[in-house]
Amino acid sequence: MAHMNVDVVSADRKIWSGEARLVSAPSAGGSIGLLAGHSPLLAVLSPGDVRITPVDGGGVVTATIVADGFISMDDNQVTIVADTIDVVHADAASR
Amino acid sequence: MAGSQRVYKQRIKSTQSLKKMFRAQELIAASRIGKARNLTTAASPYSDAITRAVSAVATHSNASHPLLTQRTDTNRVAVLVIASDRGMAGAYSASIIRAAERHVEQLVSEGKEVDVYASGRRAISYFRFRGREVAGSWAEGSDAPQSRTAGEIADTLVGAFRAEASEGGVAELHLVYTQFVNMVTQRARVVRLLPLEIVDGVSETTEGEIPPLYDFEPSVEDVLDSLLPKYVRSRIFSCMLEAAASELAARQRAMHTAVDNAEDLIRNYTRLANQARQADITQEISEIVSGADALASA
Repeated sequence: MAHMNVDVVSADRKIWSGEARLVSAPSAGGSIGLLAGHSPLLAVLSPGDVRITPVDGGGVVTATIVADGFISMDDNQVTIVADTIDVVHADAASR
Repeated sequence: MAGSQRVYKQRIKSTQSLKKMFRAQELIAASRIGKARNLTTAASPYSDAITRAVSAVATHSNASHPLLTQRTDTNRVAVLVIASDRGMAGAYSASIIRAAERHVEQLVSEGKEVDVYASGRRAISYFRFRGREVAGSWAEGSDAPQSRTAGEIADTLVGAFRAEASEGGVAELHLVYTQFVNMVTQRARVVRLLPLEIVDGVSETTEGEIPPLYDFEPSVEDVLDSLLPKYVRSRIFSCMLEAAASELAARQRAMHTAVDNAEDLIRNYTRLANQARQADITQEISEIVSGADALASA
């Protein structure tokens, strides 16, 4: 199954990167879910949790956007950017 | 004659303690350069991501935004000077301030009014000493910039850019900072930040390829509204990081030279002290001999 490359980036460092099957994010217009092959998208994120389901299993990774961020999707490359991202944790075995 | 010996000894001692300070500063700067460069590397994914996103908007939509358009209602221009907080970095502060002054002069000769914003105590005190007004100043951590400080600077400057002409709004924003080329070369550089010109990172579409249709959520305007200030902030932050690395490299080099010079001085003074001691001894001997001679011949 096709998958996407996901980068989670805050102002001062890269926080997480890996391959994912599903990314759901709280965009300004409501929660959105991204699967591989989604059309190019650029969305402003409102504070909340971004949930990433990695390809290799290992549980859902949650990144909490504290202040204004955005998500971009282009050619199966997803980038989640925010000035401050609070915690990223995998629910089960962490990467 | 014993006096001159003592003077030399004193000089040797004080130069030695100065040398210790220079050496310490050199080592501190050397160890911080690595950190500063790591910070630069760590911050680059963010600025890359923002640049990509901004260029995506720029190429896939024709929306206009205040930050992208040239203002014609005012001829006021803001210049941000990024200098250091401390000296002991050789010509670092002097050359960046000189570059800033040259740029300001040029802008003035083009009939523009210039608002100077200063980051770093050296720049602030330079302008204050000359009784020149500084529109805004920041003085914390020039050798380890925080993204929070960059955010404050960006907010202030974007605010000035978007302000009404009657309230001191500026039509352009220029940035004077030191570019870190490598450990030995750092160059003062002037860039125009606002209105924004997005050139780097624009993906080129090959012939015949249909550019992807972008979805913008909630709307192109809102996306630009949130993206562009971030873009400005990340540009300012990366300039500050580069300036910090340059400052530390300049400091390390300056302190290395200072240590070398101190060693030279110590060597010279040691020679002079030895000479003085020899002269003292010679004189003492000749005094004794001539005294004995006088007694013997009496």
